[in-house]
This record gives sequence, C-alpha cells and structure tokens, in this order.
Amino acid sequence: MSELAANLRVVRGLGMRSIRQTFRRPQLMAPILVFPTLLLALQTGGAGSAVHLPGFPPVQSFLQFMLAGAMMQSLMLAGNSGGIALAVDIEMGFTDRLFAAPIPRYTIVLGRLAGTAALGLFGSLWFLAIGLVFGAEIHSGVPGALIAIGLVTATATAVGGIGAAIALRTGSASVVQGLFPLVLVLLFLSSAFFPNELMIQPARAIAEYNPLSFIVEGIRDPIISGIRASALLDAVLAIVGIVTLGLLLSARALRHRLRVG
Amino acid sequence: MPAIVVEALERVFGEVAAVQGVDLEVDEGEIYGFLGPNGAGKTTTVRMLTTLLLPTGGRATVAGHDVVKQARAVRASIGVALQEAALDPLMTGRELIRLQATLQGLPSREGRQRADALLERVDLAAAADRRVGTYSGGMQRRLDLAAALVHEPRVLFLDEPTTGLDPVSRKTIWEEVRALNDEGTTVFLTTQYLEEADQLADNVGIIDNGRIVAEGTPESLKAEIGDPHVKLQLEEGSIAEAEAICAEIGKLLPPRDGRTVMVEVANGAADIPRVVRALDDAGIGVGSLELVHPTLDDVFVAKTGYHLEQEDEEEGAAKEPVGA
Repeated sequence: MSELAANLRVVRGLGMRSIRQTFRRPQLMAPILVFPTLLLALQTGGAGSAVHLPGFPPVQSFLQFMLAGAMMQSLMLAGNSGGIALAVDIEMGFTDRLFAAPIPRYTIVLGRLAGTAALGLFGSLWFLAIGLVFGAEIHSGVPGALIAIGLVTATATAVGGIGAAIALRTGSASVVQGLFPLVLVLLFLSSAFFPNELMIQPARAIAEYNPLSFIVEGIRDPIISGIRASALLDAVLAIVGIVTLGLLLSARALRHRLRVG
Repeated sequence: MPAIVVEALERVFGEVAAVQGVDLEVDEGEIYGFLGPNGAGKTTTVRMLTTLLLPTGGRATVAGHDVVKQARAVRASIGVALQEAALDPLMTGRELIRLQATLQGLPSREGRQRADALLERVDLAAAADRRVGTYSGGMQRRLDLAAALVHEPRVLFLDEPTTGLDPVSRKTIWEEVRALNDEGTTVFLTTQYLEEADQLADNVGIIDNGRIVAEGTPESLKAEIGDPHVKLQLEEGSIAEAEAICAEIGKLLPPRDGRTVMVEVANGAADIPRVVRALDDAGIGVGSLELVHPTLDDVFVAKTGYHLEQEDEEEGAAKEPVGA
C-alpha cells in the first residue's frame, strides 16, 4: 500500500469517527441542524413579507431566499462543533493517541475536516430537502443544487480548519464553544439573512466586504436566479482564502502543541 | 542493542525544570520500572520518549531511533498506554482498536483480525460492541493496553497503568504485562506503586524532582540499604541479654519497643536457627519471629528522605522528611 493510500485510509478512519461522534453526541448535532431549522422556520414565518420591500432581490419566496443563510449557519456551526470536538479530544488525551501514531500530523487535522465536510454535505442536503418539501424552487435545477452543495461542503471544511486551529492552539473546549456567539455575529454581518442593499450603515459596509457574503451569494444565486460565473468565482476565492488561513493557523497550532506537549 | 538510551535528557517549562539531566538505559526484553511520586518527572520523561513532547536538552533513542530526528520511526516501533486511559467514551471497544490498527498502517483485514484477537486476549470480546463510556476502570485500562499492542510494538510504554484500579484489576494488568514481556516486548513502566515496581521490573529507576536518584535491580537497590533483619518479640528473659547475644550474630538495629529486638543477618533465613538456638540456650523465650527484607520504600526513603506511598496517599501534601 502506498503512503498516500495509507494516509487517505487514516483520514477516512478519523473522518468516520468524527461523524459518529457528532451523531452520538446530541449537543454537537443540535447546532448543526436543529437551531438553523428553527431559525429558518421562525424567520420565514415571521418576516416573509420582506420580499416585497423595495430593493429586495426578485425571489419566488422568502424561504427560497433564506435557504442559503440556513445552510451557512449550519456549516459555520458544524465547523465550530468540529473545533469543540477536537478540543475535547485534547482535553481527554485522545489526541495523544493520534500524535503517538506513525502518521503525518496533518492527517489528524484532515481527518477532523473530512468529518466536518461530511456534516456540511449532510446539512446542505437537509436544507435543500426542506426547501423542496415546503415549495421552494431551485431555480438552476440540479446543476444549481450541486453547486450549492459543493460550496457548502467546501466552506464547512474551510471553517472547520479555523475551528481546528483554535482548538489546537488553546486545547480548551470552552474557549472554542465561546466562539459560538461570534459565529452568529459574523453571519448577521453578512448577507446570509438579509440582502446587503437593505442594510443600514455600518452593517452594510461590513457585509459588503465580509467573505461570508461572497460565499452566501455563491450558494444563493443558483437557488434564486441562475448560475453567475462572477458570483461563483467570488465564493470560491473567499473559500480558498479561509482554507489558506485555516491551514496556516492549524500548522502553527500543531507545532505549538508539540512544543508545549 | 539497548531498546532505550537516554542521555542528559532535560525538559524545562518556563521557570520549571521538570526533567533535569536524566540518564538511563533499557535493554531489549527488559521491564524497566520508573518509580517516583506525583510531579517527579515520570510522565514528562515518557512524553519525550514517545515523541509527544520535544526535549529542551539531551538526547534519547528508542528502538534505535532518535526521538527528535526520527520521531516517526520511533512511533512505528512503540506502543503507548498513557496515564488516564485516553479513550473516546462514544466509541465502542472494537471501533477503537480498529481505528488504532488503521493509525498503525495495518491493512483492513489484518486490522480486523488483530482487533478481534486482542479483544479476546484482554477478555473484552463480550463487551467489544459496547461504548467505552460504559466500561469499568479496569476494562478501560485493558482496552487501552490492547490498543497499544495492535501492531506488535518492540517497546511498550505504560504510564501508571494501574493507578486507581482495584487489586483484582491491578493483578490482571500485571499478568498481562508479564506475558507480553515473556513474548519479548520491552516494557517501560512508570508507577508510583512500590509493589508494582518490585513485582514486575527487572530494573528500577527512581526519579525525584526531575533527577534519577537510584537505579538498579530491585534486589541490588535493596541490598544497598543493608541485609535483611530478624525481628524478635520476646516472651520471657532479659532484653539486654538478648541484645548482647544477637549482637554477636549481626548488627543490632534500634529497638521499636521494650520487648522487641532487631538484628541484621547476613545470610537471611539461614541465620534464623542460629539466632533461635542462641537465645534458647540462654533461656530467653521468643514469642514471635519475623524475617524482614528491605523494601523499595526503604530505598526510596534512603535516597529522597521521605516515603513514596505516604506521599501518594497524601497527594498534594508537603513532603515530610522521615524522622522530622
């Protein structure tokens, strides 16, 4: 077996463990599915008339507009949950088992991210299914749905990288858990739940430059209108930026963890 | 070739020198007992030898590989069961050992076979599909040990494998360690239990405040302290006369009470008849007699000035010098 194949087996094994861990620990699952679903239901039910505001993008329904936001919330919390789970592993010494194994250290982070990616994929399918069940159309059809699924999965992985870096640096689940409100603030300061055009300053300016807005629009476009290459490219570039940041921070945090033990 | 060679190993955390120039050597096929109280530097040393922590000075090789420059080769040669069994309570025992097999690079089929065989070996086959969180402390330690063995390592590191276990579970772990050693595995065992080191180890290193203060076989360390002594409880006759008779046979030790005589005997049990006959000839009645061998605790006291197991019981308390 080649070294690459062996490392991929390790990533798969750790990814499977990560998924099992999430499904067996309800407190990790709730933020990924339950909270975003409840928020989606509340916002769609309570603010559905917002679609008639001047400046609101043309959409079939508020639910159709909100699907991208719900997916973003789910994937951001999946990344945060992945960080919490890794910090719990550090606290209970499980990472020592991994660090003492003859595997490249990066496979430990990639294994965790593989699990987060799977949860992102699951979240995107869940919300697309909710949208379809409650009458939201995917304007670009199957290709649009696949683009949305791909972007959600990739973003979950990217955000998971940041969560993993913080977990490795701090080794504290409560610190990573403490980022939960920050995740929501970052989301509300993007176009996830409301169009940029209808925000007031300074939130509007922040949302226009918030990388999460680029990703949201990349996911939303194929759902509400059509596939635009520029929106897709912006989303991919934002994801690449977050992935790069996550990998750099994770690599530094891994080195730090070995230094401090 | 020695399985482990450690030369002037050091680890400093800020202002605290946790390990200060440790030297030791462990031969292939040996059980090495690393004995010391909490905070002595045992776990820090093990973490450096298992590549989990970088040393700040000195060097060490495990299975012929440098722990810093050839860390991955070291990790392929060792099995590690750390203090506080590092297990995921949400996994089943079988899942954990299979994951460990994957981490060690075993092909899937071989990993499954090894997992089943090891679960059988540590008597966990019936509980293999239960979540680890439902296991008792002893079951968790056995599972941890099984996971450390999945790739048949040359050197096995066990960091306080029986701490907190009941006597039955402790004995089970001891039997397993002996069996592994009989199969040729070198074992580096840290412990704060004197009896554990005495029972299992071929060689013992005693560490205190980050330094090795004594090293050797348990027998040689105890022999350094002195010969065994006979402890006599007199029933009748003069204690002064008994002491005078015993002084001709061996070195008298300070008495503990008015009816006890303690005398060192160079030949151990072989000298008992001589002592009894001499007292009997003088008409001195002996109520009870005991041959007392020096213990590792005596060694520990001689080297550090305090009792290890007393320290263990009074965790966190200040070290009380003997006789203070």
